[in-house]
Amino acid sequence: MSVFITRRVLQSLVVIFVMSLLVFFGVNIVGDPIDMLINPEADQEDIEAAIRALGLDRPIHEQYWYFLLNALKGDLGKSFIFAEPALKLILQRMPATLELAFTAMLMAIFLGIPLGVYAGLKPNSKVSKTIMAGSILGFSLPTFWVGLMFIMIFAVMLGWLPSTGRGDTTSLLGIQVSFLTWDGLRHLLLPALNLALFKISLVIRLARAGTREVALQDYIKFARAKGLHSSRVVLVHVMKNIMIPVVTVLGLELGGVIAFAVVTETVFAWPGMGKLLIDSIQLLDRPIIVAYLMITVLMFVVINLVVDVIYSLLDPRVRLKDVKS
Amino acid sequence: MSTTSEHAGKAATIVEPVRVQTPFQRFLSDYFDSRVATGAIVVFGIILFIALFAPWISPQDPYDLMIVDVMNSRMRPGEKSLTGMTFLLGSDGAGRDMLSAIFYGLRTSLTVGVMSGLIALCIGMSVGLSAAYFGGRTDSLIMRVVDLQLSFPAILIALILLSILGKGVDKIIIALVIAQWAYYARTVRASALVERRKEYIEAATCLALSHRRIVLRHLLPNVLPPLIVVGTLQTAHAISLEATLSFLGVGLPQTQPSLGLLISNGFEYMLSGKYWISFFPGVALLVTIVSINLVGDQLRDVLNPRLER
Repeated sequence: MSVFITRRVLQSLVVIFVMSLLVFFGVNIVGDPIDMLINPEADQEDIEAAIRALGLDRPIHEQYWYFLLNALKGDLGKSFIFAEPALKLILQRMPATLELAFTAMLMAIFLGIPLGVYAGLKPNSKVSKTIMAGSILGFSLPTFWVGLMFIMIFAVMLGWLPSTGRGDTTSLLGIQVSFLTWDGLRHLLLPALNLALFKISLVIRLARAGTREVALQDYIKFARAKGLHSSRVVLVHVMKNIMIPVVTVLGLELGGVIAFAVVTETVFAWPGMGKLLIDSIQLLDRPIIVAYLMITVLMFVVINLVVDVIYSLLDPRVRLKDVKS
Repeated sequence: MSTTSEHAGKAATIVEPVRVQTPFQRFLSDYFDSRVATGAIVVFGIILFIALFAPWISPQDPYDLMIVDVMNSRMRPGEKSLTGMTFLLGSDGAGRDMLSAIFYGLRTSLTVGVMSGLIALCIGMSVGLSAAYFGGRTDSLIMRVVDLQLSFPAILIALILLSILGKGVDKIIIALVIAQWAYYARTVRASALVERRKEYIEAATCLALSHRRIVLRHLLPNVLPPLIVVGTLQTAHAISLEATLSFLGVGLPQTQPSLGLLISNGFEYMLSGKYWISFFPGVALLVTIVSINLVGDQLRDVLNPRLER
């Protein structure tokens, strides 16, 4: 086991190293670093001072070394607009994004699994066919357009829910969260549902396929023959057996939810790190873009690592195969 | 007279028993078995026609500043302009006819989607084929890169690239190609690995044919079916991705609006109840994506040999 984990951690470090190279050369070779990293409104003297401070007058491999050292110290540059460390700004916005992402994941589980199990138990009923048609739409509809339609219907036409922002937040362990106040919850509902739509469709499909397979197994027949109540058969015997693929896929999809939060946050003006990224791209606030990239890479690598390790704990064949090869 | 009838009779007797379908005919009849899929390909044909001939069938040229008049801005669907033109789907903030803007937008969206799909397909195909055919170090190196890339969502990769490259049709195509090639490479490699172990490749190797000939003439035609399916579905994905990126303001410039940019432009009017400026381009986008997806789904069912019907 420890051999497996060590190998995976080493691989992850290699990935982070490769990505830092790509980001660094993306900024320094494809673009002009003086343009990208120094405020274009600075005067000549400031620009020269900044060039020296950033080490841009040195050879490229030394520059990369500086970038790496600073990044390890947690210094990813200062924002032009806010004049604050980019890393700090992103970490400030991160709880909002994570709150949105986790709410969306919970929605995917609590809406997707019941609907999928129902569609799997009664594959020919009209309701099931509607559910499946809905899941095809959920896959095809572009997230941002669904978000706009949500705003049009629920905020503009019906006026039931607010369309922008986070609403009232309360402090939970020093982090501002929305889901503990009624107003915050109302603000959270539409963006989270918007972000969850794709994942709900995915979970419906997984749960339906799993249920159709499990429902034919002998132990289900036996449970029914024993005279168990059908709700117990479904909730205990079926559900337990379809959870493994659903949980695995959802774990892998967490990264995707955080990436797609960029879109939802822009539509609903949700003040998370995705919105910060889009604003920074439009304002050419490059240090924030670079910092966002490095943070996201780190986050993805950690998620993949954790999913891999959990998976190998659940399924020993994975790690045995890997050690052998 | 008699000879012609004799001819006809002969032709009838000869033609009658020889009704062997070619594989392509069988493919066609399988495809058109499904009514939904037939409808989808008809709808896609119409969309393609509109995109190709947009300049000739649009009611107005939405980017000709001589015609577009700000006086006609934000007209409701069906309203008439001062010059007597009817805006079937309303007009946008600058007084453009939405129907014409959608026709031109379809053109841009489809160009970007199809171009990036084709280029990514070619790159992914070459990479996947070489990985499967040569195996060993080449294979494991290529697949490491593919796995690394697939662990990041396509939208994030495209967003990163565009934030470095800037706006423009060529740039968004580059970004989409880089974001997509790995999907094709993985698909091609998987099916090429299966094909490679079959006897006909062994036979071709025994005939001492060149690597190039074996890969291009023997291996490639047999890995095409899954590639076509993935290509169709990925094109729909690319169109959706481009619309999303343009909506976020990192895709296309305002001078070449795709459907995504039209929707984005209408966003500011939506809160005041002027829904049509972003609603109708969204419907056009939706119809395009759903019809391509349905075609792709049916292709997958028809081209998959495991689903014997």
